[in-house]
Amino acid sequence: MLSIDILLNAIVTGILLGSVYASLALGLGITFGILHIPNIAHPTLVVAGAFFVYTLTQWGLDPIVAALIGLVPFYLLGVVLYAFYSAVFERKGGANVLQSLTLFFGLSLVIEILLSLGFGSELKSVSVSYIGSSLKLGVLTVPYRLLIPALLAPVTIAAVWFYLSRTNSGTAIRAVAHEERALSIAGLNPASVKRHAFGIATATAVIAGAALIMVGPIEPFAGRYQIGRVFAIVVLAGMGSIPGSLVIAIIIGIAEALVSSYLNPSWSPGVAFAILLLGLALRPQGLFGAAR
Amino acid sequence: MTEAVLSLKGVEKRFGSFRALGPVDLDVGAGERLGIIGPNGSGKTTLINCITGVYRPDSGSVFFEGRDISHLQAHKRARMGIARSFQIPRPFIGMTVFENLLVPLDYCHVEGSRHERARAVLASVGLSGRSSDPSEKLTQLELRKLELARALVGNPKVLIADEAMAGLSEEEIDEVLAILLALNRSGVAVIMIEHIMHAVMRFSERVVCFETGRLIAAGTSSEIAENPLVQKVYFGE
Amino acid sequence: MRKNSLVFLAGIVIVLALGFLMPWLLRNPFYFFAGYVVLQYVTIATGWNILGGYAGYINFGAAGFFGAGVYLSAFLFTSFGLPLPLCILAAAIVGAILGVLMGYLTLRIQGVYFAIATLGLVVVLETIVHNISGLGGASGMAVYGPRPPAWSPGPSQYNFTVMVVIAVVSVALARWVEISWIGRGLRAVRASEDAAECSGVPTLRLKLVACALSGAVLAAAGAPYPFYTSFVEPVTAFSLIIGLNAIAMPLIGGTRTWVGPVIGALLLASVQQIATVTISSELNILFVGAVLIAFVAFAPGGISDLFGRKKGRARL
Repeated sequence: MLSIDILLNAIVTGILLGSVYASLALGLGITFGILHIPNIAHPTLVVAGAFFVYTLTQWGLDPIVAALIGLVPFYLLGVVLYAFYSAVFERKGGANVLQSLTLFFGLSLVIEILLSLGFGSELKSVSVSYIGSSLKLGVLTVPYRLLIPALLAPVTIAAVWFYLSRTNSGTAIRAVAHEERALSIAGLNPASVKRHAFGIATATAVIAGAALIMVGPIEPFAGRYQIGRVFAIVVLAGMGSIPGSLVIAIIIGIAEALVSSYLNPSWSPGVAFAILLLGLALRPQGLFGAAR
Repeated sequence: MTEAVLSLKGVEKRFGSFRALGPVDLDVGAGERLGIIGPNGSGKTTLINCITGVYRPDSGSVFFEGRDISHLQAHKRARMGIARSFQIPRPFIGMTVFENLLVPLDYCHVEGSRHERARAVLASVGLSGRSSDPSEKLTQLELRKLELARALVGNPKVLIADEAMAGLSEEEIDEVLAILLALNRSGVAVIMIEHIMHAVMRFSERVVCFETGRLIAAGTSSEIAENPLVQKVYFGE
Repeated sequence: MRKNSLVFLAGIVIVLALGFLMPWLLRNPFYFFAGYVVLQYVTIATGWNILGGYAGYINFGAAGFFGAGVYLSAFLFTSFGLPLPLCILAAAIVGAILGVLMGYLTLRIQGVYFAIATLGLVVVLETIVHNISGLGGASGMAVYGPRPPAWSPGPSQYNFTVMVVIAVVSVALARWVEISWIGRGLRAVRASEDAAECSGVPTLRLKLVACALSGAVLAAAGAPYPFYTSFVEPVTAFSLIIGLNAIAMPLIGGTRTWVGPVIGALLLASVQQIATVTISSELNILFVGAVLIAFVAFAPGGISDLFGRKKGRARL
């Protein structure tokens, strides 16, 4: 009955991994899903967040506390990034998707290199007392290293979701992509709403970064392996659907865990992309999005 | 009316649970001048998209010269002779005005010299002097003319002019109307979708009015102008 | 037009002649070692631009196509002893198939999804190579190249000449696409997909053609690489710098004509070749990344647009 144990463990690991992935995709859900800005630098920002948390833990801080401290500088970073982005493109009457893609591509490379110049290219990890051991429940073995970040994610997602759907400024963010003109008639400045949204999206990167570095050691170029996952999640969830993204993330997590257990862990980086490609080919409008 | 060149039978288009158009039955005669009016969101653009092949109707069929074209892609319909201009001009930027016209000529079958054809069409819309200028340098009126020139260079049998006059001055409107009338005289059916009432009324032999995706009235310009349903749509109770 | 083509043809003949003669004129093999890389990037930038420049579809996965070419050629040579020209041909065919596959899966939607999917291509292919022990897996495999033919003085000179031929063929192909009806259709697609389709342009088919040609050139650029380094491993075959240069070079040179990528590649690759002696590869990437951002933000037309200003020139 060993195989059932493996299967159960793989599924539980997959759900927890998926939850972490959902937090990685959260910021992209706002920038790409809602604002339609193809911020392919988001995974790299998450890695930058992880290194921020790592630095503070080296000074003796708890990683979660470090992430909370990081919210402010990362929010500001996002605001600056958006200001640059809009100064370059939106002024010229609407951003060209391909140019903005290239801009964020260049940006992510620059961030990666700066990280690798600053921290070296070795793997970095955090160690805290409460993520050392594992929780044993019958045949299940769940390392706290995975469990704690996986619990962090739904809390963050719920907070962002609550903010977007229940508060006025959150509603403005959701409206800005579609009703830019209506928004300015209502007395809100669309540019500042978008800047704020980009700030929030970037702030979530530091929480996701904390989750990522708690799960396992990380290097400056780790963002590349997350791009497939986060885009698969945002696109297949139906752009901007945050509850949907949690479901897709968990499906991807389970798929990866199964592939790791039954095939070989070295196959798992390709899984998310395979799912994304299949999803795009079969159901371009996303699994949870309305048919257009 | 002469034999229908374009004919819609029970065409219907939905977006999710929202029915944007139909069911619509509409015939366009060969060489006819048909005006389509209706408030914003009444389904006019959806109708064009169903005719040109940007959308596939959810039910019903589109016939062109008696042939069911409902399942053909947009470029195939364009090659058969259904041309359109866009409401917001979409010049092929990065190309000259002349090159803009070579695109349809590359892909649609046209008798004789392509370059001569392009030059003739440019002359007919009054853009000869702009032939070798980049298309992004054109004025609003010239962009409208380029839209029309590009649509008609491939010798279409039906031309759909989607708000080709929006934002133009009275003299400019007259200019565009003259181009369309000259085209129509050469035997091309013209479907004019327009908000500028006096222009569409002056131009059209027959006018149809759409409201919430349905055809609510059809008739000559004066009949439509006096139609109580149309008046209700435009002026309220 | 006629005259332009004659000048171009004469240019090709001269470059090809130099490619065959230079190895006998210049003694120092370093020139051919460095020249190979510059020409490799001319090919990569040119191949990328067929899709990215003419049609406006950004491919972040140039390294995927390149790496596929590298591994296919290494495999065919070491396993079957296939001669180099056939390896290159095979790589081009597989690159074209890969391009059509990618395009078919994603091009029906929007350019942004195509771009994202290409980011994934590198990861997927790298994962596959990692897991095939026949290809050396993560640790790589040694490739002992063919003996250079009698008309070439040594292996690095031979590789150089081969790369000259590949680069010239690629540039000629790109130029042909550019001035033919295909190029005009692609430019129409880039300007407005809807308007192109309504002008009778079969947009999807045309984009697939561009994907195939672009993929073929990118993969062909990788085919001689195993013989150049005598060793292939996933990290270098699917290297980040290849994907970056593939975009940066055309964007810096200008994407509208075949000249842009050539200028961009000659400039950037030469700078990189000189710089590798003095700076680390990390600083190299940082430099290219910063230049790329600067051009995208402030000079989207590239160098040829900054100086040439020949925008209105008709291509008939």
